[in-house]
Amino acid sequence: MDEQLKRELKKKACRIRLGAVEGVFCAKAGHPGGALSMADILAYLYFKEMRVDPANPAWEDRDRFVLSKGHACPSLYAALALRGFFPMEEMKTLRHPGAMLQGHPDMKHIPGVDMTTGSLGQGVSAACGMALAGKISRKDYRVYAILGDGEIEEGQVWESAMFAAHNKLDNLCIFVDNNGLQIDGRVADVCSPYPIPEKFAAFGFHTITINGHDFDQIEAAVKDAKMTKGKPTAIIAKTIKGKDVSYMEDNVNWHGAAPNAEQYEIAVEDLKAVLAGLEDE
Amino acid sequence: MAEIIKKATRESYGEALTELAEEFPELVVLDADLAAATKTGIFKKKYPERFFDCGIAEANLIGVAAGLASCGKIPFASSFAMFAAGRAYEQIRNSVGYPHLNVKIGATHAGISVGEDGATHQCCEDIGLMRTIPGMVILNPADDVEAKAAVRAAILHKGPVYLRFGRLPVPVLNDPATYHFEIGRGVTLRDGKDITIIATGLMVAEAVTAAADLEKEGIDARVINIHTIKPIDREIVLKAARETGRIVTVEEHSVIGGLGEAVCGVVCEEYPVPVARIGVEDRFGYSGPAAVLLKQFGLCAENIVSTVKKALNK
Ligand SMILES: Cc1ncc(C[n+]2csc(CCOP(=O)(O)OP(=O)(O)O)c2C)c(N)n1
Ligand SMILES: [Mg+2]
Repeated sequence: MDEQLKRELKKKACRIRLGAVEGVFCAKAGHPGGALSMADILAYLYFKEMRVDPANPAWEDRDRFVLSKGHACPSLYAALALRGFFPMEEMKTLRHPGAMLQGHPDMKHIPGVDMTTGSLGQGVSAACGMALAGKISRKDYRVYAILGDGEIEEGQVWESAMFAAHNKLDNLCIFVDNNGLQIDGRVADVCSPYPIPEKFAAFGFHTITINGHDFDQIEAAVKDAKMTKGKPTAIIAKTIKGKDVSYMEDNVNWHGAAPNAEQYEIAVEDLKAVLAGLEDE
Repeated sequence: MAEIIKKATRESYGEALTELAEEFPELVVLDADLAAATKTGIFKKKYPERFFDCGIAEANLIGVAAGLASCGKIPFASSFAMFAAGRAYEQIRNSVGYPHLNVKIGATHAGISVGEDGATHQCCEDIGLMRTIPGMVILNPADDVEAKAAVRAAILHKGPVYLRFGRLPVPVLNDPATYHFEIGRGVTLRDGKDITIIATGLMVAEAVTAAADLEKEGIDARVINIHTIKPIDREIVLKAARETGRIVTVEEHSVIGGLGEAVCGVVCEEYPVPVARIGVEDRFGYSGPAAVLLKQFGLCAENIVSTVKKALNK
């Protein structure tokens, strides 16, 4: 990837993280850990890959994105705001009564949100339906989804995996945000979903394992998925939960907790330092 | 008397989907390994490229339907009532109801008239479950003519619809030439001033028979067919309450959460009159021929007659 573009995407990811942390702080609730781990993937999708039009969010031929791990929506909202779907100001009222930004993605009221999610395991089925609709209508849009590594413990995920492979949904590309943590601890300790690529491969997916914070690898994987015909692709992205906020990194306690004022300040400092580093490059 | 023609509403469902396919090119049909029983197999045969079997995976079935609907398709997701409304309740609630997606759920084999398969398959809770979902329309047609009309109305309605069909062949009551179906509009099948029998689904035919029997005993019973459980026709229910003063409801569903409770809700709030509810009492079913079970559970004209008489102290 071009170095200039890579730097731009890194900055976008950092701004997504800043927006997500701001949202969770203002809401005094939410899920920062899993929002931060997938920010680079979102930055790549929304600022390099996906065919979307903020002026026409319901555009029929757009690429679709389903955040199957809906609780991580602060990053999705920030990405959508940065992409121009709505003002960044909205992050300040995330989860507030009467506000547009709901605690989990709401396709009815939030421009750019393609599927209502929050109940784990369900989003990926809807993504399959979108991909199938594309096949039926002979449209060339692609469908992306991000799942949690804890989420894939849900049986419905494997129902959908069987369905996607059986119907040769090669227009479907799912990411597993493999940050190693869920609520009750390490996924390996709670009820291990490992080995993940082998499972998806056994269900008929093309699988790719990458470092989910490396834009070259994200790009290569998404391109590989696009070239893959006759089967859906699962990209298993190794990530760090809470990425780039020092005290949140790989810490299970930051799955679903909001920072207090002091902690928020540190988070902003951490992320601004990353941003400053990128400006200097 | 002309010979009574009988047909299961699941059959009407499969036929209606097939008949409407050309008119509605966005219509697609999904099933969960029950196409032979739900009769979506009829559609599959004629339109294989618009039929998708999700396998025995009802949660995914509903989710896929939601995704299809979000892209402009009109998906009918089919399974038995037990597994559509039961197994996939939360998927219907969160992936269809909350985003108000244009998904139609074709649930067959509802109620105890499933018969021999027994309690695990006799779903008497589906209406209750579906009623609690905001914006969900619930259609429970009484016969072939109404079932076909319901499928068409569901397609024309924008938003989620739960359609309830039966396994057991039931008498064809309505005349296709004159029958008019409107979502949310009850049908007065017989006028009467002493009492009103409000029935739904396969109990409508029994209610009509009961009213004829009651007439012989000098009781003038009104019969109303409520094919739309939600939104319920408040007007027709309140008119009946005012004009006849007493109501008996009849449904092949638990007395908890179904038509009876919906009618009670309407009259309690606006014009309280005594209501007697006939339905499956708070219990599970068991194996047996449908006709035998319906009698044993009191879902028959005889029990409607005796319940009406009791309500009238006769
Ligand atoms: C069906 C369902 N069960 C439980 C929850 C509660 N819940 C929210 S997040 C979460 C853990 C998710 O872990 P993971 O998928 O690994 O997400 P991430 O680590 O990326 O935040 C749970 C159990 C839910 N939202 N949906
Ligand atoms: Mg995780």
